[in-house]
Amino acid sequence: MAGFEPTIVGFLCNWCAYAGADLAGTSRIQYPPNIRIIRVMCSGRVDPIFILEALRNGADGVLVAGCHLPSDCHYLSGNFKAQKRIILLKKVLSQLGIEPERLRLEWISASEGDKFAAVVKDMVVKLRKLGPNPLGNGEISNE
Amino acid sequence: MSKLNFAFYWAASCGGCEIAILDINEKILDVVAKADIVFWPVAMDVKYKDVEAMPDKKIDVCFFNGSIRNSENEQMAKLLRRKSKVLVAFGSCAHEGCIPGLANLHDRKEIFERVYHETPSTKNPNRDEPITPFEVREGTIHKPIFFNTVKTLDQTVDVDYYLPGCPPPVDLIVKALELITKGEVPPKGSVLAPEKSVCDECPRTKDQKKISKIFRVYEKEPEPETCLLEQGILCMGPATRAGCSAQCLQVDYPCTGCGGPCPNEPDQGAAMLSALASILGVDEEMEEGYDPEEMMSQIKDPVGTFYKYSLPHSIIKRKVMKK
Ligand code: SF4
Ligand code: SF4
Ligand code: SF4
Ligand code: FES
Repeated sequence: MAGFEPTIVGFLCNWCAYAGADLAGTSRIQYPPNIRIIRVMCSGRVDPIFILEALRNGADGVLVAGCHLPSDCHYLSGNFKAQKRIILLKKVLSQLGIEPERLRLEWISASEGDKFAAVVKDMVVKLRKLGPNPLGNGEISNE
Repeated sequence: MSKLNFAFYWAASCGGCEIAILDINEKILDVVAKADIVFWPVAMDVKYKDVEAMPDKKIDVCFFNGSIRNSENEQMAKLLRRKSKVLVAFGSCAHEGCIPGLANLHDRKEIFERVYHETPSTKNPNRDEPITPFEVREGTIHKPIFFNTVKTLDQTVDVDYYLPGCPPPVDLIVKALELITKGEVPPKGSVLAPEKSVCDECPRTKDQKKISKIFRVYEKEPEPETCLLEQGILCMGPATRAGCSAQCLQVDYPCTGCGGPCPNEPDQGAAMLSALASILGVDEEMEEGYDPEEMMSQIKDPVGTFYKYSLPHSIIKRKVMKK
């Protein structure tokens, strides 16, 4: 897919991953501009519906990032919940013909600006290979 | 007061919704006292052309069951919409696609391959499949066109009310008929069922909020008083709208979700997935050697479990087929 630039929606938890992304910015670490960041209070707050809606509306990839396991989550176990949801959701996606690799979960601490940048870079490379979201933006047709 | 005109129609349906109407028993007499039934293919000899000949909006209320699987279903949905003042999506098929909607995991090609060629009871050496239009000596036959995708009624035409359930519980049908015949209808778009979940109507006690192991229904004799989900039997009660008095739970069977999503919930499957992930493996998480993949692999068929009745109505709606 020549010239295809994936759009990534990133749900980052306020306490770790968002702070990590912020650090990447303030430290001027270069990373591709493909990600649109949505700050959430905890990775456990990311309702699977948010992810499905993002894909339905044409996101090529979705990143959910939170605090490291086992005990960094500020709400104790939000990260564990997110992990289980995403494992199940990936199965649902693959049953529905959507490549599960489009959905990615990462643990990024407030000091890991470099990790955040590396994750985004890596996602962009992989999504470029995978091509556009097969759902497109369109409605289902009758035929 | 002049009598109301009612119509009942079945599109891609199993017939169960028609039986549910008959299950209101003697209450049907109250209905007939207040309404004339002008179209009901399962019980009356009225042709499509008779409906076409009716003036628009002649039908006061049309109860439409079944999903939209083919062009005939679609045409009838459009025709009955035009002829009806109020259109009710009756039952899970019309409401959210239901079991026929699981065919959205395939497309026409795969379904035809299976049905006309692979099923063990089929002998079809010429590989015949339905062709339309089809020329015969007497003229041209137009058969319905089978669509790739099952749609809900409201993905096809404008719908006024929804009666959930596979089939809708008799109580809900009777209540809906009463409201409608009295003219006390709720706002357009309402689901004619209580604003709560099956768990709220379920008599079983719940207190654990965590489970470690999932059992299929045949693997475990459930204990009669406690919540099935807490016993490890997957129960869609938390993500399913009430209205059935939790009838499955009363006979030791888990809710499989036919009441559709809870109020204001856009995707029943995602809601259940989320709820289950919150309680499964809570004790194990902090243990050495916890393997979340293994924990979640206990759910063998997530789409078939979480979206048994609601795939066409879900956010993603169907499988994306490989080009
Ligand atoms: S909702 Fe259930 S009972 Fe009604 S037609 Fe569909 S499958 Fe049959
Ligand atoms: S999960 Fe099922 S068994 Fe448990 S309370 Fe809810 S409906 Fe009842
Ligand atoms: S308990 Fe669940 S599956 Fe059973 S009738 Fe009620 S909503 Fe349907
Ligand atoms: S607060 Fe960061 S994952 Fe919960």
